[in-house]
Amino acid sequence: MTAALPPDATHRELDDILGTRWRRPPLVRRAWLRWALIVGGLLYLVAAIASVEVNWARVYEGLDRGAAFVMAFTRPDFVTRADAIWDGMLESIVMTVASSVVGIAISIPIALGAARNIAPLPVYMVCRGIIAVSRALQEIIVAILLVAIFGFGPLAGFLTLSFATIGFLSKLLAEDIESMDRSQAEAVRATGARWGQWIDYGVKPQVIPRLIGLSIYRVDINFRESAILGLVGAGGIGATLNTAFDRYEYDTAAAILLLIIVIVMALEYVSGIVRARVQ
Amino acid sequence: MPVLETANGPVWRRRNRREALTRWATWLVGALIFLWCWARISDATTWFFVWDAPSIAGDILGRATPPRWSYIDNLWVPIWDTLNIATLGTLAALVMAVPVAFLAARNTTPSALFVRPVALLIIVATRSINSLIWALLLIAIIGPGVFAGIMAIAIRSIGFCAKLLYEAIEEIDGTQVEAITATGASRWQVMAYGIVPQVMPAFAGIAVFRWDINIRESTVLGLVGAGGIGLQLQASLNTLAWPQVSLILLVILLAVVLSEWVSAKVRGAII
Repeated sequence: MTAALPPDATHRELDDILGTRWRRPPLVRRAWLRWALIVGGLLYLVAAIASVEVNWARVYEGLDRGAAFVMAFTRPDFVTRADAIWDGMLESIVMTVASSVVGIAISIPIALGAARNIAPLPVYMVCRGIIAVSRALQEIIVAILLVAIFGFGPLAGFLTLSFATIGFLSKLLAEDIESMDRSQAEAVRATGARWGQWIDYGVKPQVIPRLIGLSIYRVDINFRESAILGLVGAGGIGATLNTAFDRYEYDTAAAILLLIIVIVMALEYVSGIVRARVQ
Repeated sequence: MPVLETANGPVWRRRNRREALTRWATWLVGALIFLWCWARISDATTWFFVWDAPSIAGDILGRATPPRWSYIDNLWVPIWDTLNIATLGTLAALVMAVPVAFLAARNTTPSALFVRPVALLIIVATRSINSLIWALLLIAIIGPGVFAGIMAIAIRSIGFCAKLLYEAIEEIDGTQVEAITATGASRWQVMAYGIVPQVMPAFAGIAVFRWDINIRESTVLGLVGAGGIGLQLQASLNTLAWPQVSLILLVILLAVVLSEWVSAKVRGAII
């Protein structure tokens, strides 16, 4: 019964605002929190900037070298160290392919185990634990440890990337499985399907587009990461790049960087096409 | 519908013969490529070391435990440096990423033909090169230290932030912009009152998300000499001081988990 209310009761909030000048609503609504954030942020900034020592003379000296490097991009040298570049690139690509395949193959069962609507609680806990460990450790640190254990070479890089792929892919795939449509899976189960058939016909078709998209994205990431694993001796183009920097051969370094950018762009383009097709 | 003719009548099949053969061939080629890659990795590996790996791993683990807790006193300054590299780097990146994002978004770019490709090129080039490589490069140019780390993080983050931000700008609600334009607002006023309020939550989310990633990355920048806790890690690794290494790794792990928690909390509050 709206008639029982005084006619202007619902407009009270509006009446309060009427006549006052409009002001932009702030991002953080609570005033004390807003001011605390601003003051705290400013204090931190002052402290942080004061503690960063910059040797401006050194920076100024380096500008020539910086200019030389930028100029090197206009005439990259693919030829002088062609063999080293080719070997490094091939090793990076080989590591990327092998680790993506192995990583994806391992992460599918782990993703199934980490989806709460499929796996029982103990399996779920174990699989989530594996994912958490893999995500918390960074590639480069894992690579250092694996190089110490397995020796220099692409095997350490391959294992590192496979390990990192598991954490990334299992987590995202498990989330997709958890948010799938239950009625479809139930319908398949109602036909009397076995567990394997249930996964194959009830779950798989729902998550396969996402799996393909994520896999290709991960291939892209693995290639980018494989470019730095060489810095710690785990194989790939990174070692060649590091050597080029150490020798101040900026034209060779520019060539390698350009190759990396081109390959990453190509991978991104391909992954865009594939993802558009499967979704 | 593909069927298989049997003695008892037709049976449903998922794919017809042609499709099945194509799929089989694709899998075969894929498997061959993988095997070739594996053969190359295997050729480049000294298998003697690999068979020896369990005992080496056990040996390292034995040396690394227990961590040398007293070493933490040497780590406070590097931890502060690492935090600064990540935070100042993120701030610098955001300052540079905002204009790039507005130039790259289809609905705000001044020229889709000339300016947008340049902005997209900046995004791709900065994104596809890892921060460690940027650090390597900047150390060669401006010398080792925290400043090189900040710059490396900043440059690397431009592409990431600008890409996510320009996608957010492209997805804004056009009617609000139109409403502001209809009041006779200038181009900059439309920007400030029509577009910016709509992308502000996305912007804050991106900033915190990237800060979280940058904490992760700044912990290892020291490996190439760009300051932070990675320097200590490198020094400890070089002297084979495994108890220190394990302590540093624990600190890094804690930092990563903490930053992820903070970022999740803040993003939860914004969205």
